[in-house]
Amino acid sequence: MARREYRLVFKNIDVRGYTRDIACYQKHGGYEILKKGLAMGGAAIRDEVKKSQLRGRGGAGFPTGTKWSFIDPAKTTKPIYLICNADESEPGTFKDRQIIHKDPHQLVEGMILSCFANGVKLAYLYIRCEFTEGWKIMEKALDEARAAGFLGKNILKTGYDLEIYVHRGAGAYICGEETGLIESLEGKRAYPRIKPPYFPAVLGLYMCPTIVNNVETLCNVKHIVEMGGEAYAKIGRPNNTGTRLLCVSGDVVRPGYYEFPVGELTLGQLINDVCGGIRNGNRLKAVIPGGSSAKVLKAGEVYKIKEKGLDGKMSDKEVGLEDLRLDFDTLAAAGSMAGSGGVIVMDHTRDMVECLANISAFYAHESCGQCTPCREGVLWLKKILGRIAEGHGREDDPALLKEVADRIAGRTICAFGEAAAWPVQSFIAKFKAEFSARIARNGSASRHDTISLLH
Amino acid sequence: MNPWNHDVAKDELDLVDVQVDGVWLRMPRGLNVVEVAHRSKKFIPHYCYHPKLSVVGNCRMCLFEMGTPKTNADRSPVLGPDGKPEIAWMPRPQIGCATGVTQGMGIRTDSPLVKDCRNGVMEFLLINHPLDCPICDQAGECKLQEYSVEYGTGASRFVEDKVKKPKNVDLGERIVLDDERCILCSRCVRFSSEVMKDDVLGFVNRGSHSTLTAYPGKRFDNAYSLNTVDLCPVGALTSKDFRFQMRVWFLKETKSICTSCGTGCSTTIGSREGKVHRLTPRENEAVNSAWMCDYGRLNIHYLDSKDRLHRPLLKAVGEQFPGTWADAIHRAAEGLGKFKPEEIAVVASGRLTNEELFVLKRLLGELGVTRVDIVKHTGQADNFLRSGDGNPNGRGAELLGLSSDGRKFRSWGAEIVLGKIRALLVLGGEDVVAAGIPASALQKLDLLLFSGILGNETSRLAHVVLPSAATAEKTGSMVNVHGRLQRMTRAIAAPGEAREDWLILRDLREACTGGNSLHSVEDVWKAIAAEVPQFAGLSWAKIGDLGVQLETRNSLSEGTLVKA
Repeated sequence: MARREYRLVFKNIDVRGYTRDIACYQKHGGYEILKKGLAMGGAAIRDEVKKSQLRGRGGAGFPTGTKWSFIDPAKTTKPIYLICNADESEPGTFKDRQIIHKDPHQLVEGMILSCFANGVKLAYLYIRCEFTEGWKIMEKALDEARAAGFLGKNILKTGYDLEIYVHRGAGAYICGEETGLIESLEGKRAYPRIKPPYFPAVLGLYMCPTIVNNVETLCNVKHIVEMGGEAYAKIGRPNNTGTRLLCVSGDVVRPGYYEFPVGELTLGQLINDVCGGIRNGNRLKAVIPGGSSAKVLKAGEVYKIKEKGLDGKMSDKEVGLEDLRLDFDTLAAAGSMAGSGGVIVMDHTRDMVECLANISAFYAHESCGQCTPCREGVLWLKKILGRIAEGHGREDDPALLKEVADRIAGRTICAFGEAAAWPVQSFIAKFKAEFSARIARNGSASRHDTISLLH
Repeated sequence: MNPWNHDVAKDELDLVDVQVDGVWLRMPRGLNVVEVAHRSKKFIPHYCYHPKLSVVGNCRMCLFEMGTPKTNADRSPVLGPDGKPEIAWMPRPQIGCATGVTQGMGIRTDSPLVKDCRNGVMEFLLINHPLDCPICDQAGECKLQEYSVEYGTGASRFVEDKVKKPKNVDLGERIVLDDERCILCSRCVRFSSEVMKDDVLGFVNRGSHSTLTAYPGKRFDNAYSLNTVDLCPVGALTSKDFRFQMRVWFLKETKSICTSCGTGCSTTIGSREGKVHRLTPRENEAVNSAWMCDYGRLNIHYLDSKDRLHRPLLKAVGEQFPGTWADAIHRAAEGLGKFKPEEIAVVASGRLTNEELFVLKRLLGELGVTRVDIVKHTGQADNFLRSGDGNPNGRGAELLGLSSDGRKFRSWGAEIVLGKIRALLVLGGEDVVAAGIPASALQKLDLLLFSGILGNETSRLAHVVLPSAATAEKTGSMVNVHGRLQRMTRAIAAPGEAREDWLILRDLREACTGGNSLHSVEDVWKAIAAEVPQFAGLSWAKIGDLGVQLETRNSLSEGTLVKA
């Protein structure tokens, strides 16, 4: 049974005849919400965002209203900056790209509203350099908005000035980490900053208060202003409000991007009803639910999830993998995370050693090299995994992999340490037998595609 | 001088209660945990943290377990059975270098988690390290080695190929880099950028392949570049001058000061078997913080110069011949006795110690000689440590009443020619020919006495040449341009028969006037302190390793210590 999507942010994506120019956007009601927002005033918008309980869509799921409340535009003497994080780099994630390519003005409008709400006069759109087309599209969209008076001096004659600049990255995953992004924007190597003291809300871009929000998050702000925070909060589930863009990849019949109210779907419904089930009649083996850094979930696992019953009481409920709700809290309770919304599905033919070797190769390539555990540990993980995949594993390797990963997570400057360690920790914990078996049949030829990825 | 001084609290009197490994202590609010541990007689190991550089927190060696006070619903602290606040410990370790202490904070520096963190960092730092300690200059003073003993495992679990990086990189005029040894702590990058304002060093490549390098086309050649060799916790940056010369554990360390200019940076002389192998800055906030200039640091090779004077020389029939000290002193004293005081002139040196100048002053007082000058030396001042005053003890000479404008001796050439000056004493190795007295005039003198460490145009004309000791070879005191009195201590013996100037002058005085009550440098200092008001009350011990700030007129000092 196919399920009907709830398209809010993706409302106009792939709609026949919908183009990304400003005329089309305005024909569909574009920039009307901006007018509404400007009339409401910044404090009112911030209030609605708080009420909406919107949680950041970049990966960490931090409440946007709370993030904004760290800065009080009325009391801040320094300029306040807003940065749109369009560095979408997490493997398995391809939602922001759709917005940028197909509905750029929605992002521009969401950014202007968010900037206005927080007293921002200068904002940046940090876009990964691989989005070559996206960059051109965003530049054009900003030009159009400027020409139409939605951007620049005295926006819609309200006296509000705002300029948005697009800044292109140079090809590094770490630039998606907000303080690394800020360093990069300042023209330096994207070395994430230590927190404390460099919390972006206090000492962000050019040591000024800075808000960094994801593309999808900023688009949601537009819809919150449109429908009001309370109405928005009714979509989805408590503390997991609004819609979520889900990027499904891997061994399903219909991979792609979908939009649903947060938590409306279970993992099983997403895979079977929305994506047409596992390809080639194969069986589900594992799912990474929130981008490659999220901990892997194994088919057949049963999780104890605390759930509020109809009587309002909390109770432990045993939930199988396919019955897990796709929301922030449930996936966290299952030991993984909703992350960036990148759902990677693996069927029973997948070799977990090679899958993990592939993931670790990515993180070893992307570690910025600033702090010791990540710099040295992640490449070590990759080397061990490569060795196992090539048929030279040692009996102690699975234990060693776990110990190395344990000494990275929680001890690094930024969350990259966890991003690199979590896959290793979870793959080893859940598929240890596969690693041991691979090591036991050392010498037998391994698949060539993985080997090529590792070198 | 430094943009940062993390070892100094913003307000040393604003104290908070902190618990360090179970013991409650009072510590200045905001002081970082590495420093708090240090003040608590605990130690938190660290590589990248340096109190005088910005905090980057990249090595992760200073991870510690942090706790905050448990609070009741009304935000009052929960008190334990001992009446002390109870602490809620955070599961995630924090870095000591970037964490300032707050009221009620708990700090664990040696819990199992902390030990595992350090153990992990040690293992990570060593997996790609070449482990070439046997041929590494840093061996013996390497933080990787030291912490391996304390926090390492001894055996490696790493069986992969190590990352290959550039070796023997010619980074600048005085520095060689081994990128495989580098642990990427960025101390050198920060020193160069933050202290020297020279953005020349940086990292290229990513992850484990990160590599320290100089900006393309640029050389790491600033006047203070060698400080990065001291800052480097490992053997990545080595001094071309020192590398492969001597294992550091053989070096005897002697506290001294640099005499290459009027700043007088505190130094440590590293010597072995009568040879000085290196000079390194010794931390002294009142003078040089933790730094010194490359020029001063490398200005040690004159000690082994072929121009060193090793034996007393006496002129006979127009030529200088080696003689004994007894002969030389006798000849000098006998010569001096022939002239009226006004026929004797003295060119002394601002490179002589207070003690040497004092003995000289006594001698001259007893002889009634008043014609004294001190040669002025000017150098290129920078806005950091180098002083424009090339005399390391010009201020000391001034305080002892031997100061002058440094120019009047130039007119003495004419007076020598007129026969008004018949004897000239050139002390402290000055080359008065180069400074303005023509050689032809000197040749007319009845007595030209020279003491110094290196031969020069003046020494070659002298009737009596007395070889003396250089900075590293003598004990004494000097006053720098900012009025700081500091001590230097003999590290090695002077070569051959060369002697410390104060001994030479004492013997000369004894031969001339019979007066001698000075048996040691301390004796001389005692006499100085009794006679010179600015030194009153200062014993030799009181000067200490870091010196004493004097109340001198026109003092440029920012120091707050006054006869501490």
